[in-house]
Amino acid sequence: MDAKIQRTEIIVPSPAARLKEGFRKNWYKFSRNKLSIAGLVIVLSIIVVAILAPYVAPYPKHAGKFVDYVNANQGPSAAHFFGTDNFGRDVLSRIIFAFRGALLMGIMVLAIAVPVGVFFGLLAGYYQGSFLDTFIMRITDIFLSVPPLLLALAIAAVLEPNLTNAMIAVTVMWWPWYTRLVYGMATSLKNEYFVTSAELVGAGRFHILFREILPNCLSPIFTKMALDVGWVILIGASLSFVGLGEQPPTPALGQMVSDGTRYMPDLWWMTVYPSLAIAVIILGFNMLGDGIRDMMSKGEHDRG
Amino acid sequence: MSKETDNILTIENLKTYFQVGKVKGKTVHVRAVDGVSLSIKKGEVMGLVGESGSGKSTLAYTVMGMYPPTEGKITFKGEDISAGSSRRPLDVKKDMQIVFQDPGSSLNPHQNIKQILELPLKVHGIVKKEEMEKRVTQILRTVELSPAYMYKTPGSMGGGERQMISIARALATDPSFVILDEPTSALDVSIQAKIINMLLRLQEKNNLTYLFITHDLSLMRNIATRVAIMYLGKICEMASTHEFFETPYHPYTKMLLSSIPVVSVEEEKLRPEKVTSTGEIPSPTNIPTGCSFHLRCPNKMDLCTYDDPVMTEVTPGHYVRCHLYNKEEAGDAV
Amino acid sequence: MGNHILDIRDLYVWYRTYEGYSKVLDGVDFNVNKGEKVGLVGEAGCGKTTTMRSVLGILPEGQFHIPKGEILYHGENILKMKPQELHKIRSEGMSMIFQEPSAALNPVFTIGSQIFDVIKYSGEGNSAGSRSKNKEKIREKAIQAIREVYIPDPERILECYPNQLSGGMKQRICIAMAIVTERELLIADEPGTSLDVTIQDQVHRLLRDLVDKKGMSLVMITHSLGVAREMTDRIYVMYAGNIVEIADTKELFANPLHPYTLGLLASVPKLTGGGVTEGIYGQIPDYLNPPKGCRFYPRCDRADHSCQQEKPPLRDMGDGHYTACFKV
Ligand SMILES: Nc1ncnc2c1ncn2[C@@H]1O[C@H](COP(=O)(O)OP(=O)(O)OP(=O)(O)O)[C@@H](O)[C@H]1O
Ligand SMILES: Nc1ncnc2c1ncn2[C@@H]1O[C@H](COP(=O)(O)OP(=O)(O)OP(=O)(O)O)[C@@H](O)[C@H]1O
Ligand code: SF4
Ligand SMILES: [Mg+2]
Ligand SMILES: [Mg+2]
Repeated sequence: MDAKIQRTEIIVPSPAARLKEGFRKNWYKFSRNKLSIAGLVIVLSIIVVAILAPYVAPYPKHAGKFVDYVNANQGPSAAHFFGTDNFGRDVLSRIIFAFRGALLMGIMVLAIAVPVGVFFGLLAGYYQGSFLDTFIMRITDIFLSVPPLLLALAIAAVLEPNLTNAMIAVTVMWWPWYTRLVYGMATSLKNEYFVTSAELVGAGRFHILFREILPNCLSPIFTKMALDVGWVILIGASLSFVGLGEQPPTPALGQMVSDGTRYMPDLWWMTVYPSLAIAVIILGFNMLGDGIRDMMSKGEHDRG
Repeated sequence: MSKETDNILTIENLKTYFQVGKVKGKTVHVRAVDGVSLSIKKGEVMGLVGESGSGKSTLAYTVMGMYPPTEGKITFKGEDISAGSSRRPLDVKKDMQIVFQDPGSSLNPHQNIKQILELPLKVHGIVKKEEMEKRVTQILRTVELSPAYMYKTPGSMGGGERQMISIARALATDPSFVILDEPTSALDVSIQAKIINMLLRLQEKNNLTYLFITHDLSLMRNIATRVAIMYLGKICEMASTHEFFETPYHPYTKMLLSSIPVVSVEEEKLRPEKVTSTGEIPSPTNIPTGCSFHLRCPNKMDLCTYDDPVMTEVTPGHYVRCHLYNKEEAGDAV
Repeated sequence: MGNHILDIRDLYVWYRTYEGYSKVLDGVDFNVNKGEKVGLVGEAGCGKTTTMRSVLGILPEGQFHIPKGEILYHGENILKMKPQELHKIRSEGMSMIFQEPSAALNPVFTIGSQIFDVIKYSGEGNSAGSRSKNKEKIREKAIQAIREVYIPDPERILECYPNQLSGGMKQRICIAMAIVTERELLIADEPGTSLDVTIQDQVHRLLRDLVDKKGMSLVMITHSLGVAREMTDRIYVMYAGNIVEIADTKELFANPLHPYTLGLLASVPKLTGGGVTEGIYGQIPDYLNPPKGCRFYPRCDRADHSCQQEKPPLRDMGDGHYTACFKV
């Protein structure tokens, strides 16, 4: 008769192996949707191009004070892929430089709005029903009841028009969305047994807010952030469209579109290409956001 | 007075009501726990049985301090702890632990097992940082899990393993009293058996006292030293396990016992005569007057419809809350 | 044996998941005779619901794959049927009571309209006669069915929405819906699991009596050996997508053979006391990479290398008692 089967124990994986395994799994979930990969590629390329703008732009000088009436108003050609504008500046180069301001806007705004919004959301949600909750959520409601663009316009108009102030304006109107998002999650999470359990063992508020509740909110937060970058850039473009963003001659996408409209439809490339650039950025971040959501979801049949 | 000091936990006339809204200007209350008195001796396994919604969890949570009691007194090791959990001293929190009903939500899905088990150790300053990993390994060993679980997340584990981690977390602070709120009712019997065995071994080894909540009377028979039955927020019968199963008194107990599906002929013989269960469990917002069980009781008398029976000690240590066994009235009742 | 109503032969059902095929059912054999009450017993996730969902053709659309096997209903293969034929069987031949009563009732329609629909779709509703007369007949039938499940005041219940009823009442309404028209076979998927013991007992006894009275066949899915013992004539024990033991109910409890059945029986806490056994080592296997050979071998204390290599077939041990184990 054969020997009895030996029962094996599981082996502790090394930290490096855990990291690799975690990465493999996340990549698998992320890459299930091919659009997510496309989004990642678009976003990465835009970031790289923006950082290396002085080296990749065909005419880096055209991003600053520059006039060349001889070559003005040219349509797309081998020398100027996207044509030149009424001052003779290369549209492609200006778009590439405009990416810098756009990305800076998206990143800076979220870098400030998200932590602030999340913090207030956690606080109000965890202390649901208290004075703190009422106070925070009423303020949030006030901000959310004003149309976003209008609020940003008002703030940007009061302040001196430049990129920094445009960013401040957008930040001020953006944080309440995160407060609202996190508030909803925190109010239900605080009743989960794992939170109660931490409370009963005597863990501090800090631990409960940031170690127990916050990690469970991250997935929707990151997803929203990835989606929002695009929208922030769009709002930034709208502000610069009406002249409340980056000031000439520094290129900004919105302002380029608005300048171009004056020459429509003859110099169509002046409007169409910057508009397309805006669309591509937003699309890229949206597709990336969907991928991040897929990656972070813990579905029923997904073994996390 | 030696009997008094034997008790690790004493509950006196505990009431926990929840406000659930208003009807015609009057606030409606759920009387989830409605006058429970109970004492638990050191080293025993007190079984608390009852149907869904009878207030078992609410009683446990009130004892743990998660809800402030509406009325009544809770004494733990001679100390009055009727105040809510936030006002309890840290050493009481360390000494009392609870394992929750739902293994799905009692572990944070975004933490790994090591992080989960570390929390009580950190909060109570039980071990130094360097020794944390060693201690976590040790804790895992006490619930018979391999250290490989340290870096798993709850989502990748089965219900049984998750419940073992919950138990491990409860035991990490080396408590003397643990409330187990239906720790196995969501699990398969083959896994339940494993966990129950482990719990009993741990109890012996660490000198623990358990308040074990379940709706499974057969399980109770095998692990509890004493059993209390709860119905609509009140305890209706309490006795030592042997007494309880040999000579159940309360009509509700008999109904419960006769409803249990069993797997052998010997067990069938032990079940009381079939008591056909009729009617539905009434809503706890609208508890019937008199004996709360009278709508379903096969032995109901006129008296039961308007007079709420009181707890009586029928034989030593065997308490029943039913007019049939009320000493003064017994003569004309039975 | 020619009088099988339902005969499942060597059925394999796989689910598609992102990690590959989850090979849940692995050669299931199962049959039901006329007027028989059959139990399908096994622990969570062993494939009980999957088996019965494939019988009714209600597996989740696009998520499954049936590589092999046949399900014969009166000798005809359900898996090869056209949708209309299958629909006819579902609305006239068999009905199912689901695990979760609240999920089976639509919260936005009254109990009445949901029962009326069942009668209409069964074809019994549109017999000859005027429309209003027909309607009256349907209504009467529904009231009769509610009465049969011992719910007082059926007229009022018809006007109720599901959330106005307790769990036990909802489950009884589901039973009423399942028996309101003449069916041959009733599949009950853990009809009492979400209910309290006393209510569960009421529901089970009601179900058993109705099935007996109407001469229907019953498939009772449950994870509790105790429930199966009180409800059925014959039991199939399922483990990880395999039928591991088949026997008449009395025989199974008097003389259990398969190591899994033995382990399961020993794990059930007994009313007679005597402590709790150690349970069964380990847990249900991963269906993505199920063990080759006997799916129970990693948990079995009799297992040896033959179990690891080869899948044990169901063997006849006499008197209609079958078991799939090399070591019995
Ligand atoms: N926070 C709350 N607010 C309002 N009502 C509550 C609350 N918690 C519990 N209840 C009600 O109190 C009653 C008792 O609930 P409890 O959870 O204690 O029952 P249980 O005996 O533990 O039941 P189960 O076996 O289902 O766990 C129920 O009717 C429930 O709806
Ligand atoms: N749509 C699906 N996709 C992937 N896997 C599935 C799907 N549905 C069920 N499964 C898996 O198939 C297995 C069997 O499920 P099934 O519902 O048939 O079990 P069961 O015996 O009815 O269990 P329970 O007692 O929990 O109801 C489980 O492991 C389950 O996770
Ligand atoms: S075949 Fe082998 S492994 Fe399977 S149950 Fe029998 S003895 Fe155990
Ligand atoms: Mg409970
Ligand atoms: Mg099922």
